[in-house]
Amino acid sequence: MIVTETAIDIAAELDALERAGGGAVATFTGLVRDDGGVEELFLEHYPVATEKALSDLAAEAARRWSLAAATVIHRVGAMAPGERIVFVGAAAAHRAEALEACAFLIDRLKTDAPFWKRETRGQDARWVGERDSDRDAADRWKRS
Amino acid sequence: MIDLLYFAWVRESIGIGHERATPPAEVADVAGLIDWLAMRGGGYAEALGDKTRLRAAVDQLFVPLDASIAGAREIALFPPVTGG
Repeated sequence: MIVTETAIDIAAELDALERAGGGAVATFTGLVRDDGGVEELFLEHYPVATEKALSDLAAEAARRWSLAAATVIHRVGAMAPGERIVFVGAAAAHRAEALEACAFLIDRLKTDAPFWKRETRGQDARWVGERDSDRDAADRWKRS
Repeated sequence: MIDLLYFAWVRESIGIGHERATPPAEVADVAGLIDWLAMRGGGYAEALGDKTRLRAAVDQLFVPLDASIAGAREIALFPPVTGG
């Protein structure tokens, strides 16, 4: 579980997941959208709480699925459209576990980890609001 | 003394990200703390006036606004999270 100000090296992360000894690896990569002319996306976080939230999520994933490995990496600071914000990966014996754990990690990260996005378009800087669809996506993991 | 942390637009409105304060004894929960801080006016009133827009953590744990602040060392106030 890493919070970083530097670019995410997917090749290295994928390599580590593939070496974990499972037969299946699922990953998700989130990129900065340009959403109507966004020039910069700034990611703020609450340092100690972020690390705790991400390791709690990984621990819950490890309880729910039998995983060979799980990776969560989140960028903070200033980013440009096209850059990677977040990378999530899970390695397991078979695809169902890897795919489900990967979806769980990104859905719950969106609502459980203290990160905030600020978009800048020209002179206009705006904090991104909460999305109901993100809460619904996270909630489905509470029912099952 | 409690460490108070502010994030995102709460931090920008108040103008600082961190301060230390000692709330009066009658401030029992997070909502009470928010009301007490908002009474300072200015950026505090602007950031903390509408509690439906706020979330909180006590000692790095997310809590509802009716959570007690007894014994808390660090309280963070912020908008709903938007990472990922």
